[in-house]
Amino acid sequence: MRVVIAEDLALLRDGLTRLLEAFDFEVVETVDNGPALLPALIKQRPDVAVVDVRLPPTFTDEGLQASIAARTEIPGLPILVLSQHVEPLYARELLSDRAGGVGYLLKDRVSNVGQFVDAVRRVAAGGTAMDPEVVSQLLARREPLAVLTGREREVLGEMAEGRSNAAIAAKLFVTEKAVSKHINNIFTKLGMPPSDDDNRRVLAVLAYLNG
Amino acid sequence: METGDWVRAGLRAVAGGIFAIGLALLNAPIFVFWLVALVVSPLPGFGTMLLEVLTSVVRWRADLQRRLAGRSGVLIARPYRPEPDKSGLVRWRRFRWIMTDPATWRDLGWLLPGAIIGLGLGLLTLFIPLYGVMGISLLPLWLYLGLDWFGYGMFWPIQSLSQGWLSFPQGLLILGLGLAGGPYLQTIDARFTRLFLAPTQAAELRLRVTQLTVTRADTVDAQAAELRRIERDLHDGAQARLVSLGMTIGLAEELIERDPAAARKLLAEAREASSAALVELRHLVRGIHPPVLAERGLDGAVRALALSLPVATTVDSDLPGRLDTPVESAVYFAVAEALANVIRHSGAHHAWVSLRAEEGILHALVGDDGRGGADPRRGTGLRGIESRLAAFDGTMTLSSPPGGPTVVTMELPCALSSPRISPSSGTA
Repeated sequence: MRVVIAEDLALLRDGLTRLLEAFDFEVVETVDNGPALLPALIKQRPDVAVVDVRLPPTFTDEGLQASIAARTEIPGLPILVLSQHVEPLYARELLSDRAGGVGYLLKDRVSNVGQFVDAVRRVAAGGTAMDPEVVSQLLARREPLAVLTGREREVLGEMAEGRSNAAIAAKLFVTEKAVSKHINNIFTKLGMPPSDDDNRRVLAVLAYLNG
Repeated sequence: METGDWVRAGLRAVAGGIFAIGLALLNAPIFVFWLVALVVSPLPGFGTMLLEVLTSVVRWRADLQRRLAGRSGVLIARPYRPEPDKSGLVRWRRFRWIMTDPATWRDLGWLLPGAIIGLGLGLLTLFIPLYGVMGISLLPLWLYLGLDWFGYGMFWPIQSLSQGWLSFPQGLLILGLGLAGGPYLQTIDARFTRLFLAPTQAAELRLRVTQLTVTRADTVDAQAAELRRIERDLHDGAQARLVSLGMTIGLAEELIERDPAAARKLLAEAREASSAALVELRHLVRGIHPPVLAERGLDGAVRALALSLPVATTVDSDLPGRLDTPVESAVYFAVAEALANVIRHSGAHHAWVSLRAEEGILHALVGDDGRGGADPRRGTGLRGIESRLAAFDGTMTLSSPPGGPTVVTMELPCALSSPRISPSSGTA
């Protein structure tokens, strides 16, 4: 799988490269500043890009801006955005094209190598990977979620992070059938059209949470 | 203005007129006593003390007049120099303090002309409406019938019964004019007061310096406290965690040959500890300068903040560019504090933030539909906002009638730098 990495700190850039190569990704290009990112993404058309939000020269959000721009050029270009902090606002901007293939994680998550690689693969496959921090911030502020039971909220949280039914079932120690029953309940209670497609389902949930 | 309003304003002006007459009568005695005190001030013992007492009476009188002018919408600052500290040759220093302050002499200069103007205008505000009431009561008619010579309004003397009756509509008109004109007469008095009692340009500059000294001291104090807090947080938090992280990894290194299982467990622990340290650092950073503020400016940071609040919050912002970083930060924390108050105290279902820059002034408003009755003296939050903004010559005002709505208005001078395009997305 071909990867482009955009990260300005050499230590982290090399670490990410090493990590991904250890899991049989092919790092085709690394970028250490904002202006170089968009051309690199368009030229390489990688299977997935791992991008830091904040990049030189202005150290604001050019990583995010370049990612959004690249996805307007190449719709659905899978991009996993990493940051030292997560903002539901940025999640909303990343998800607004509803094309899937989007991830938004705290940099801390890299330390759990297995889960991180899993997230990269999920995004590359057109799925979603939302940081639990984003999801919990979104869940915390939506009053209508009070209609859900505790278990349903748990399932909703896992789903919003981008997990499949099977993964949710494994994590919560229940059967897949139970998970899909919970999910149906959630969709009914929140008045959303049911959907079988994992990715569309996640996007619907996030769109709902984002208000 | 509604009918009731101008009548009420007129009646208030009449009451103010009576008050002004009383005060004006005080001026001449105060003036004379002060001069006497000045003459006897070389006397040993109580001489300068008497002058001091009378000067404070003069200043009390002038302050009262300034406050009254303020009520007519003419704001006058206190022009006096700060009191000298109470060490050394107290008497002499205080004497010099009084005699060398131009404001002392301007007060004195005002006392007599101020009394004449105040008395004249006060009498006018009082007697025009009274004259009107006299007409309405038809007193002229009865007097005309009783005495053989009396006049009112247009008719001097009243020559017929119908002219006597006409005193009623005339009285009504005069009363109306008197009440409507009362506030204007008070404003004239206030303007005249300002001529004498407002600070001179030099005094104004001096006041400004005093104010700047105070706000600077506040800012420096707040900054020092902030740095101390950060130092403590780093020392007890992230730094301590990194130390233990290093120890755990070192231990794992030792064990990796002999007991790989234990080493693996230690490494997992180390990873946990590193996440905990990161979480702590993230909170700390957010408190110093929220990353989203650096990345998106005030507009984006307030929107991001609004998204994270448990109360639905609308953000309406019209800022053509980025503000200076310190201003941005001050306003952000002020808005955040105001919103935190909304969450903590108001019981509101909906809050809103409006950010606008007009003619070099940034207006930041935070409002909610909660229960109102917020008191700035309670708690330190609003005080904190005030001193944060004061460092930039900003002000904060709070309107919070019982039952709501509460609106916090923050204003500060600002310069907008290069406009920067960023995707802004509706409301939160």
